[in-house]
Amino acid sequence: MIDQVFVLLKGWLVNLAPASLQPFVSGVVSVAAIIAAFASLFALTTILERKGLGRIQNRYGPNRVGPFGLLQPAADGLKALTKEDLVPRDADAVVHYLAPLVLVVPAFLALAVLPMGRNMAAVDLDAGVLFFFAVGAATELSVFMAGWSSRNKYSMLGAMRAIAQMISYEVPLILSSVGVIMIAGSLSPEKIVEAQAGFSGWLPHWFVLTPWGLAGFILFLIAAAAESNRSPFDLPEGESEIIAGYYIEYSGFKFALFFLGEYIGMFAVCGLAITLFLGGWRPPLEFLDWIPSYVWFFGKLLSLIALAIWVRGTLPRLRMDQLMGFAWKFMLPMALINIAAAGIWHFTPPGVIRWLICLLLVAGPYVLLARGLIEHNRVAKRVYRYAE
Amino acid sequence: MTLSFAIIGAVTIASAIAAMTLRHLVHCALSLAITFAGLAALYLQLQAQFVGFAQLLVYVGAVAILIVFAILLTRGSGPETQPIYSSRWLAGVVVAVIVMAVLGGTILSSKTVSAHVEAAAFEPSVRRIGDQLMTRYVLPLEVLGLLLTAATIGAVILAIQENRPAKPGGHQ
Amino acid sequence: MIPLAGYLLVSAILFSIGLAGAVTRRNAIIVLIGIELMLNAANLNFIAFWRFSPNPEALSGVVFVLFSIAIAAAEAAVGLALIISIYRHRKTTDVEQMDSLKG
Repeated sequence: MIDQVFVLLKGWLVNLAPASLQPFVSGVVSVAAIIAAFASLFALTTILERKGLGRIQNRYGPNRVGPFGLLQPAADGLKALTKEDLVPRDADAVVHYLAPLVLVVPAFLALAVLPMGRNMAAVDLDAGVLFFFAVGAATELSVFMAGWSSRNKYSMLGAMRAIAQMISYEVPLILSSVGVIMIAGSLSPEKIVEAQAGFSGWLPHWFVLTPWGLAGFILFLIAAAAESNRSPFDLPEGESEIIAGYYIEYSGFKFALFFLGEYIGMFAVCGLAITLFLGGWRPPLEFLDWIPSYVWFFGKLLSLIALAIWVRGTLPRLRMDQLMGFAWKFMLPMALINIAAAGIWHFTPPGVIRWLICLLLVAGPYVLLARGLIEHNRVAKRVYRYAE
Repeated sequence: MTLSFAIIGAVTIASAIAAMTLRHLVHCALSLAITFAGLAALYLQLQAQFVGFAQLLVYVGAVAILIVFAILLTRGSGPETQPIYSSRWLAGVVVAVIVMAVLGGTILSSKTVSAHVEAAAFEPSVRRIGDQLMTRYVLPLEVLGLLLTAATIGAVILAIQENRPAKPGGHQ
Repeated sequence: MIPLAGYLLVSAILFSIGLAGAVTRRNAIIVLIGIELMLNAANLNFIAFWRFSPNPEALSGVVFVLFSIAIAAAEAAVGLALIISIYRHRKTTDVEQMDSLKG
């Protein structure tokens, strides 16, 4: 009952409307719910992130507005709304204006296919995962529009960095989800969650609890961090190098939109990681089934966000060549091997043997690749070069 | 349904015209992205979901970005100073108009085309497309993989920096 | 439901626009964009004919368009690489100035 409260509420609201308008009202209700839920999650995340980073860096973080500084997002929002909206004189006005919209709208669209609870996906598309990646493609275009239209060297540099990074990491991102799609036999997020139902002993049938699933999950998380420009892959913004990259020339509400779009994108990709690997809205233990499904989804989402904040507070930023080398020389081969491991897992009978084979297939190349790359100074070690 | 088709069609055609006529190369590329998105919407309207999303992913996500990169690499991001049309542009336009008249006339006068008013109700599932690709069309699929590999290698070799300056003190 | 002719007309108009652009513009990149437009118009035809065909279960139109999208992507990559390498030698992307084979 509590599990389905939102579904019932929506059904009740839709039934109030005349029959001809019902599909339309149903859509509007879903859209309004998604926007409201994720915009408040965005507000919550900004304050959590600032507080968490403050704790990691041994300072307080915002604590002036409201109890424990909890009203800080409201103050920030008001500030962004009332600030002057500056557009550079030489900027390409139309493109400059459209760029934040092209970022925010697809980010929200991507949320539509994620099942956030039992029967709680806004649309159940047969090719849902493909839809997710397809609308994500607009992000690159938006970044280019922002960087190019600002007529600023730093903007352009940041945009080129961001696009190169997004294109490079999109490949491992998609390839690492292919294994799940193969095993689940469907591109529909609902069906993928369905495939992870059930328990053997006390372990749930989540894909992350298999060798290829664990490797895929880690690859997916790394690529997702790069896709959403999160630290340690935040070179496109790199405050200390290119002063916030492609959105230097944005102020006021447009800047707030960029900020919103980036966070919504992060929520969406974390939500997809949960759907693909962490069993979606399903509980981790059988006897916890009484807790509503959406609580599990948003709980998992918050833990992934906490992980992202932790990583941001801990790891230093990569250099551009390290970033590219890591994507093409490490992530891409590992993702391809992982697909093969998932295929072997599918065709061998359940038991210890398939665990061992898949573990060897994933861990062996990992060790060899990592060793080889470190020995040749390809990925890890910093080399210092001085001006001559 | 009819209204949405009219809107999508108009946007697609208008942005295609913009992509071919605008002075600024970057604006052309961005209008082209809108055309690609409009075509994807038309595919969705024809219930070809998988193709529509693939179109978005490949064209908006990859080809449009590739074109934009090429524009920037060839220093074309400023407005053009020379005339943008070739000296024999009139002949080109006449050819295009003739082609369009022939195509349009054929479509409108064809009896076979006007006989197809109702489409059969059929929603292709991704699973069916995958089955077909892996059984009936498996040879073209493999050839396509080979072609893409060859194209990737070829593009890298073509665009690679020739006679790269030797690294100071380095050994190659 | 829109009849087949509607989609075919949109496709024909797109094809002609692409053709006009490809033969009149001077910039090689825009010429390539025109060719992409023509390819896309052909794809729309495939999908429309598949949709209105007597047996859409065969999926031949969909599969053909998927192959065509992949080939067009490869074509764009190679074409742009060619343009970039020509630009490196001749410092121009104007197709009227790429005429060193002219007698």
